[in-house]
Amino acid sequence: MGDKSNRTMNVLIVGVGGQGVIMVSKVLAQLCQADGHDVKQSEVHGMAKRGGGVFSHVRFGPKVWSPTIPEGEVDILVALEWAEGLRWLKHLKPDTGTFIADCQKIVPPFACRNRKRGAEPAYAPQTPEEIIEQVHAGYVMDATGMAANLGNARASNTVLLGALSTVLDFPEEAWVEIIAATVPAKSVEANRAAFAEGRAWAMGGEKRIDVTASGLHKAHSEMHHPQVDTILEITEEWCKGCDICVKMCPERCLRLNDLLKAELALPDLCTGCQLCAWLCPDQAIRVTNIPVTEAAE
Amino acid sequence: MTEALRQTAADPILAGAARPLTGNEAIARGVWEAGAKVAAAYPGTPSTEILENIATYPASDIHAQWSTNEKTAMDVAIGASFAGVRAFTAMKHVGLNVAADALMSFSYIGVNGGLVIAICDDPGIHSSQNEQDSRIYARFAQVPVLEPSDGQEALELTRLAFDISERFDTPVFVRSTTRLSHTRSTVVMGSREEPAERHFNENPKKNVMIPAHARMQHGVVLERERRLKDWLNDTPLNRVEPGDTRVGIITSGIPYTYVKEVMPDATVLKLGVTWPLPDRLLHDFAASVDRVIVVEELEPLIEDALKAMGIPCEGKAFFPRAGEFSPEVVHDGLARAGLMTPRVNAAPFEFAPMIRPPVLCAGCPHAACYMALRALDARVAGDIGCYTLAVVEPLKSIDTCVSMGSSIANAVGMAKAGTETKPIVATIGDSTFLHSGIPPLIDAVYNGADITVFLLDNHITAMTGGQDHPGTGKTLRGDPAPRIDFMELVKSLGVKWVQKVDSYDTASMQRTLREAMAHKGVSVVISDRPCVLDPVRIKGPAMEVEQESCIACQACMNLGCPAITWSEGWHEGRHKVRIDPEACIGCSLCAQLCTTHSIRPIQ
Ligand SMILES: Cc1ncc(C[n+]2csc(CCOP(=O)(O)OP(=O)(O)O)c2C)c(N)n1
Ligand code: SF4
Ligand code: SF4
Ligand code: SF4
Ligand code: SF4
Repeated sequence: MGDKSNRTMNVLIVGVGGQGVIMVSKVLAQLCQADGHDVKQSEVHGMAKRGGGVFSHVRFGPKVWSPTIPEGEVDILVALEWAEGLRWLKHLKPDTGTFIADCQKIVPPFACRNRKRGAEPAYAPQTPEEIIEQVHAGYVMDATGMAANLGNARASNTVLLGALSTVLDFPEEAWVEIIAATVPAKSVEANRAAFAEGRAWAMGGEKRIDVTASGLHKAHSEMHHPQVDTILEITEEWCKGCDICVKMCPERCLRLNDLLKAELALPDLCTGCQLCAWLCPDQAIRVTNIPVTEAAE
Repeated sequence: MTEALRQTAADPILAGAARPLTGNEAIARGVWEAGAKVAAAYPGTPSTEILENIATYPASDIHAQWSTNEKTAMDVAIGASFAGVRAFTAMKHVGLNVAADALMSFSYIGVNGGLVIAICDDPGIHSSQNEQDSRIYARFAQVPVLEPSDGQEALELTRLAFDISERFDTPVFVRSTTRLSHTRSTVVMGSREEPAERHFNENPKKNVMIPAHARMQHGVVLERERRLKDWLNDTPLNRVEPGDTRVGIITSGIPYTYVKEVMPDATVLKLGVTWPLPDRLLHDFAASVDRVIVVEELEPLIEDALKAMGIPCEGKAFFPRAGEFSPEVVHDGLARAGLMTPRVNAAPFEFAPMIRPPVLCAGCPHAACYMALRALDARVAGDIGCYTLAVVEPLKSIDTCVSMGSSIANAVGMAKAGTETKPIVATIGDSTFLHSGIPPLIDAVYNGADITVFLLDNHITAMTGGQDHPGTGKTLRGDPAPRIDFMELVKSLGVKWVQKVDSYDTASMQRTLREAMAHKGVSVVISDRPCVLDPVRIKGPAMEVEQESCIACQACMNLGCPAITWSEGWHEGRHKVRIDPEACIGCSLCAQLCTTHSIRPIQ
């Protein structure tokens, strides 16, 4: 791929705010421009700083019209974060698209909202193997790990640039030159090394998965799901309505009733953590967690 | 100004060179090249970077300033125009609502030095509270609106806008959208040319809008509209691109690029000016094709005008009125019109993507404020800023949010309605308070409303990327400036109960708020800690969770700090938690909440 025909080439770079999506797209855009292409680079970064998703479209060719890439026409999808990569997969060209992803997972607090016993984080469960099977060409690498081994985890985006460089038709020196001009002077060497590392890794074939990448996604299969019934009893006579349990319950499921006695208003939310029982100055609350069956190990 | 921006700013002087510029950078360049002398704005996505970029040009060429709000910025620019120099202001679409009063009258007055207003709309509501179409303001105020479709046009049309402004004696809009403002494309830059010096023009009939003068000027405005239309029939700003005559597409701005992308062979009338519309050109164009389709984002402004002229056309029958356009949307619309084959949706991957909503930063000083409000079960009238993110779980403590500066007066209204049993609190950021919070606070004091105003002072305009304001002690160009003392300001307005709290002290935060709510009348609590991102990134020693003692109660997670997630450890079937040391800034809020003292600084 990386042909210089009359066609517009479409590269979509995605990730989470603060990961360096914009740096990757800027390097690519400058490279294309220096090579004489018409280039448009479009990003929406209104809320990016607040940990939301960031995406940047880079299009180049003899003449580029739309700043954004139509769905299903992405030639190369570069993902700096696993779930973000999956979110944009359907924009990839089904028969010729290349997927390059860091397997690193950034689990947002939202994904940990379901606090029921044994609940899993609401995070993309798909494994790299499943995904790679479905794309034309794909690389899932532990770019963050590679960059960390080189001494700077923040250079993971440059590792991905190294992988990207093997799919596009620009000379290696041109990449290195532009990266050196883009990053702060003191980290030029680190980024040069990160680029070389990513490039060397991706040279190893059209479909590659880093072993650590597949390992990362297995960890959660080893959890346990004990079945427990929680019984919460409040001795009304002892409760003096101090409000401490109501304020301190992490699930906010207690409240004071009209008689200013504590009551379990939202029993479905109670996780049985027993905080209220420990904190009650008058020991008016008792929490019992009874196993229903043996915990499946 | 953010670090990223400093790196992208175009070399201020370089003429003749080609550079990849964003739409905003190109507009800034156009302002400088046009010889403008004064530029003022209040930040607002996606317009913010325009003024930040103007500030990268020499101060001796152009004065650039942050104003306290859009109306003030507009009035500063108007003042400069009165004084005879070219003047500029930029704002987001909703900012124009704030500045509209000045605009409507100034349209009658007209310019001395050319005055250009860049309006950045946000179709798709990437970062706003609505997606109003500012072109309607152009028609309303009877001022021309120019719509560039890429970086090069953004520069050139901005330059030209100053000439049009002076030639036709009118303020001129340059309308951008989020897509244009934040798309980088190759721009060939020119050099700066300063127009001949003018001075104040002593002409009360034109400059002083009393009824007698305004009645006269209204006629002048209508005549101006007629002259503009005449001129627009022949200017190359509106151009026909010949093609297949079975369909003629009328479009403008960014949607023009989508049309070229999906239907390169169509006959296209690209309008560089979407108000006023060139009647003769439109009639001729319509006569030259079998069928006229209008492709315009948001409101059917062009379409309605064509219909009023008696030109048969179609537009919103096929294209949505809400949301941002894209090549896909334009393709689908043209397919609905029977002009293209529908897209085949060959998406082989069928899984619902994980949502990743924006969150407050790790260590954001706003988090503890809303935690306290939620615990105290207050009725919270919210406002606009980073803190609006506290509307969702786990902080979930904002009940209303209307527009910038609404919170305090909304709270007054709730209190006066007399139906509320909960304590009523208005929360408002420092920049928003200075923008439009002071008159409503005076209103609350004046009318004896029983409310608490929680002023969230994070020492910056954070939401838009960290801009200075009169409370930061620095100007747009980074020069020192007098710094507003919020305590003194609030007291001087007649507030009797006011206290500062440390945003990183959860206990005193709750205590102070409870006292403030108990106070009858207006009380003000000022939370005081800098934003952790701007102006400097704050990073203290990170915290860690001792896995053995963590009982997985999840109390710490109620802060919504993105550095806190689940670990691989379990306790009674619940996840224990861990802290990402890279993300944690060490604010200690979670440690204050931890029920087992399991959270401590990394040793
Ligand atoms: C009329 C108007 N102008 C500008 C904006 C853009 N805007 C949204 S929030 C905000 C400022 C927020 O600053 P502050 O109140 O200090 O809160 P922070 O983000 O710092 O928490 C601005 C400028 C807007 N939404 N409406
Ligand atoms: S055990 Fe008590 S503190 Fe814990 S969730 Fe249930 S009610 Fe809340
Ligand atoms: S940018 Fe500042 S104010 Fe906004 S969420 Fe981050 S820390 Fe809070
Ligand atoms: S100390 Fe706790 S609340 Fe503060 S940033 Fe670190 S993890 Fe988040
Ligand atoms: S508050 Fe403390 S004990 Fe509870 S989950 Fe968090 S770290 Fe663990």
